[in-house]
Amino acid sequence: MEIMSTRQQCKRIYSWVGREKRGILIKSERSVKEMCILVGEFVLVEGENADQPFVAKLLKLYEDGSQEKRAVVQWFSRISEVPLNKRKLLQREVSSQEIFLDKVPGYDTDINVEAIIRNVKVIPLAPEEAVPLRSHRKQIFFVKESWDGKCFKPLSPGLLSELKEEKKKKPESLSPSTDCQVFPLDFICSLKVETDRVTRSAMKTKNSQMEIESRHSSSKSSLSKERHSQRVANGIHTPGARKKLELNSPTKSKSKLTGCDVLELLSDDCDALEALEPSANKRKVTFTQILGSPPKISRTKDEPDSPQNNGGDWPKIVETIRISPYRRGQGSSLKAKNLGEKDDDTRHFNGRNEEEETEERARESRKRTKQAITSTSSCKSDTNLAEEEVLKTRSPVMTPRSHRKCVQKTTARIAEQLHFLNTSVPDEEDNYLPSTDSSDSSSSEEEESVVPCTPKRKIRSSVTLSTPKSLRKPSDTTPAKTTRKAPEPRTPKTPRNATPRIPIRKQATENPDNVLEEARLRLHVSAIPDSLPCREEEFQDIYNFVESKLIDGTGGCMYISGVPGTGKTATVHEVIRCLQQAAENDKLPSFQFIEINGMKLTDPRQAYVQILQLLTGQKVTAAHAAVLLAKLFCTPGPKRKTTVLIVDELDLLWTRKQDVMYNLFDWPSQKQAKLIILAIANTMDLPERIMMNRVASRLGLTRMSFQPYTYKQLQQIISSRLNHIKAFEEDAIQLVSRKVAALSGDARRCLDICRRSTEICEFSSQKTASQLVSMAHVMKAIDEMFSSPYINSIRNASLHEQMFLKAIIAEFRRSGLEEATVQQIYHQHVALCRIEGLQIPTVSEIMAVCSRLGACRFLLVESNNKYLHVRVRLNVSQDDVMYALKQE
Amino acid sequence: MSKRKSKETSSATEECISQVQRIFRERFCHQCPSGKLFGLELQYKHLLELLKRTTIHGESNSALIIGPRGSGKTMLLNHVLKELMEIKQVRENLLQVHLNGLLQTNDKIALKEITRQLQMENVVGDKVFGSFAENLSFLLEALKKGDRENSCPVLFILDEFDLFVHHKNQTLLYNLFDISQSAQTPVTIIGLTCRQDILELLEKRVKSRFSHRQIYLMNSFDFKQYLKIFKEQLYLPAEFSDKTFTQKWNKNVQSLSEDKTVQDVLRNHFHCSKDLRSLHMLLMLALSSITVSHPFMTGADLLEASKLCRMDSKANIVHGLSVLEICLIIAMKHLNDVYEGEPFNFQMVYNEFQKFIQRKAHSMYNFEKPVVMKAFEHLLQLELIKPVDGPSVRAQREYQLMKLLLDNSQIMDALQVYPNCPTDVKQWATSSLSWL
Repeated sequence: MEIMSTRQQCKRIYSWVGREKRGILIKSERSVKEMCILVGEFVLVEGENADQPFVAKLLKLYEDGSQEKRAVVQWFSRISEVPLNKRKLLQREVSSQEIFLDKVPGYDTDINVEAIIRNVKVIPLAPEEAVPLRSHRKQIFFVKESWDGKCFKPLSPGLLSELKEEKKKKPESLSPSTDCQVFPLDFICSLKVETDRVTRSAMKTKNSQMEIESRHSSSKSSLSKERHSQRVANGIHTPGARKKLELNSPTKSKSKLTGCDVLELLSDDCDALEALEPSANKRKVTFTQILGSPPKISRTKDEPDSPQNNGGDWPKIVETIRISPYRRGQGSSLKAKNLGEKDDDTRHFNGRNEEEETEERARESRKRTKQAITSTSSCKSDTNLAEEEVLKTRSPVMTPRSHRKCVQKTTARIAEQLHFLNTSVPDEEDNYLPSTDSSDSSSSEEEESVVPCTPKRKIRSSVTLSTPKSLRKPSDTTPAKTTRKAPEPRTPKTPRNATPRIPIRKQATENPDNVLEEARLRLHVSAIPDSLPCREEEFQDIYNFVESKLIDGTGGCMYISGVPGTGKTATVHEVIRCLQQAAENDKLPSFQFIEINGMKLTDPRQAYVQILQLLTGQKVTAAHAAVLLAKLFCTPGPKRKTTVLIVDELDLLWTRKQDVMYNLFDWPSQKQAKLIILAIANTMDLPERIMMNRVASRLGLTRMSFQPYTYKQLQQIISSRLNHIKAFEEDAIQLVSRKVAALSGDARRCLDICRRSTEICEFSSQKTASQLVSMAHVMKAIDEMFSSPYINSIRNASLHEQMFLKAIIAEFRRSGLEEATVQQIYHQHVALCRIEGLQIPTVSEIMAVCSRLGACRFLLVESNNKYLHVRVRLNVSQDDVMYALKQE
Repeated sequence: MSKRKSKETSSATEECISQVQRIFRERFCHQCPSGKLFGLELQYKHLLELLKRTTIHGESNSALIIGPRGSGKTMLLNHVLKELMEIKQVRENLLQVHLNGLLQTNDKIALKEITRQLQMENVVGDKVFGSFAENLSFLLEALKKGDRENSCPVLFILDEFDLFVHHKNQTLLYNLFDISQSAQTPVTIIGLTCRQDILELLEKRVKSRFSHRQIYLMNSFDFKQYLKIFKEQLYLPAEFSDKTFTQKWNKNVQSLSEDKTVQDVLRNHFHCSKDLRSLHMLLMLALSSITVSHPFMTGADLLEASKLCRMDSKANIVHGLSVLEICLIIAMKHLNDVYEGEPFNFQMVYNEFQKFIQRKAHSMYNFEKPVVMKAFEHLLQLELIKPVDGPSVRAQREYQLMKLLLDNSQIMDALQVYPNCPTDVKQWATSSLSWL
């Protein structure tokens, strides 16, 4: 949402970097910020779901004939893009940050440049490396395997090294350029921590430098607010505090250089407000450079063999760390005015903004922090203090409420950990030693870290201190989060997407224990048959239609009509199932399937909301959803799968302006939409009857009508459902089929009658164990369901009720009208009573009789208080009444 | 000594009488859940089997219980549910949702009520009171998640089912029936209605999804059985404290049922209405006449009660009118006869009344026109006459068209029993044209 809203608010200008299109420069209109993305970098590309932009690697930039800026990309898939049924293939938990090199054929790799949001960091991992757990830092991705639509394969060594290679060569050209909006400031610190750790463990990728840099050079004045709101929205209130915690442990043992540098930097920061722009900029650069060296690297990376593997890199990296500050700083300050180097300018700007912000905050919080720190820990190093301050800069912004608590806790822990670090300075070997069982120990620690008891923690951490990663982990993972969260006064609201469910039954359902029960189960409409007999032709037609559209990558509409119970929805679902299977087997391009039902919407416009939610998971208002969907379907979107949309009960989507229907049928005709609509309704001539011309025209002429089942088809349906269970006599099945076919051809009715027949059979033959359902049973069931209730109820009505009906008919005959007032009927009634020699009822009694008959709807009675002058009509045919009354 | 004894016995019978009154009041006012079912064995079995299958086998079903008012639809359902709840497996599994068409007047309210009764409010927090659309999709999702094996079956009872039919698009019914016909949470939908044409009210796709299982309650007993029911209703239970009183009471009931007058009263009642509620009403009235001095019900009590029951309400009002008002009503009656039920206005009635005063009346005082007008307005207030066009039409009061809400027979009956009616007025009433 955040990204989208910012994107919507500000128009962005895209321009090339250099003549030879080395990269693109994205300039936001609203703010002064710019970012530059070069070929070879990883980018986020706008997709249908604003929360989950696509990840891709920029391969090439060019301009097509119409001066439109285009880009060629290599896609990466998030796990959420992989079909659910394929995720099993991985046989492991996949974090949301892991992505897969996308080798699925059929995706358009040529995208519009304007779809690019920004760059992102992607770390290639060797097959044996595990993906680090970093739930809170969403903007880093890890790629480890490739995905070709059928299976996952580890990245080939060649490819891997290629990816890594590219990263290595990047820093030179790219580092100053990048921009990242969403990065919280605290990232800096944690990165530094990682850096140090990694330095010690001597394994990292070089490219990280630039990425980290990109992280912080980005922030701008308004960003802090945005981030804040984002955080609040996400329900994470204490990331700052948590981060602090993480930091402290490893910082201790870090090389002096970094510590000092940071300190220096921070002391510089104190008077940064007075500082001139260039100097601020310079500081910024050095700062980031130091911090930025190696990115976070997973503890699991610390596998015993990796140091050896990456050992070669080690000195180099150290070098960069040390050297870069100066070089970078000089370079940037020198080049600051160099207009040719736009990258620097960008950074320049951003850097300053951020710097100012940071410093303001830092000042505010410094005093408090200092107090807290000094009070809790006397043995704190300068480095720590400095770091603490950097961290502090964030906390007031993020959670003012939890601030104090956090400070205290953090400082307490800092003190503790400092103490341990001072006492047990780990040597390098120790660091690597426990890595093999790190997962175990860390998991146990996770549990323990939940316990807020300090002494325990102390012991624990002193034991595991040799592995910095395990130390870090508890604060990183969820348990820590919960412990932190728990004391917060604001209890977390129920998750927005709470999954509702009906309670689970305590006793198990009983399974059918005789033939009739088995048959009943199979005959239930809800039972899903293995195949749909008698609809082969329709099935084939729909299948071919959708298949051809899928293969062509175009869109289209199909209108399916038929009376209820003729298998429309079932057939369409069967088609979709088959298509999905085909797509799984790679015979067809994969597609997305969604379904809406007009009857399940409260308002036609809710269709937009449902479609959008099914497509992207967003929940917005109807009007907004319509806009988003229109944008989605009417603009060329990268990496879009074909969408198959079933609109059931189409007639319910009718509105006076018919805008919902219009839009639904208009989208498929858009070139880029790739939308296939299967519209289902009952009436054959719906397009002609209720649709405006422009809607009907867009619906097109691809129509299909489901004829009511014939008796043979119904017979076949029952037989196939029964599947050789001998529960019915052949004649009985035929009788049901013929009866239903003559009435409506509704398969549901047919099955219901059969089900009821088995009940009757069971009921009547409780002594004789198993029996076949015979004609008699079926007849009885049919009678129960279809015989008109009127005659029977009239026969069971009271004498005066019957006489009143007679009086009505007599009055009708007398007057020749089909309507009479109660007064007139009363006179007739009295006359009839005299003939029969019955006691003459009073008017009140007659009124009561009349209203009783009216309630059962034998009569239609005017509803007003005209008393004797109320007009009455018969709701049953006169013949029925006569027939019912005569037989006595 | 004897005095004291009689006092004791009287206090004992007093105790008995108050207990009797309590027992029968409970029985007749349907507070007692263990009322007996008469002639509904088949329906009972059908419904019981249906609900058992839902809960034990997880089979989805839908059914309608149709019968005229007072035929025992709700009682049947309550009996079945009571028996079901005695089965442990059912008690622990079944979720019930009771809706009433008179309370849940639209789908939005109904959905909220369903969510509340399924106790899913706490799952969704404040979300349950979100929009109607959200509510619907939430509920559908919840029901969709379930399956036959694992989910608790849900029993939906829709009282006054016919009123749900009028909800917009029949969304609720469609969705409920759709769930019952698809492999989701097992549900059973039981609708109770008195409308015989209920199936015609369902929209075609809703109708197709309804299983067409209809359970009809008909009051299909004859007079003999009615008499038996009468006895059953009046018998004191065996566990009544005073055995001798019980014996006497029950003997009395038996003799009552054989009494000719009682049978006539009951037969008349039976002819008028078969439903047991009206019998209860009759018995309730008869019961109220039972006192310590009059401890057993007699035929006369029943006769009196039956008279009360079939009393004509409008004719009763006529009894309380003044002579002038009676005269106006007679004038209206004559106008009705002359103009064959066409509406009349005050002026016409006044003229008719003037004619009577001038030519035939001997005992009547000639009232001023405003006084007559006042009497006329009183009749209007009593709703013995009614304006044809409603009150909104701005005609002059004298010329506003009216209709008489009394039948000739009612007027004549009322006059017969009217106390101190002047003879000339009575004559005028009987002979509409003779004064000419």
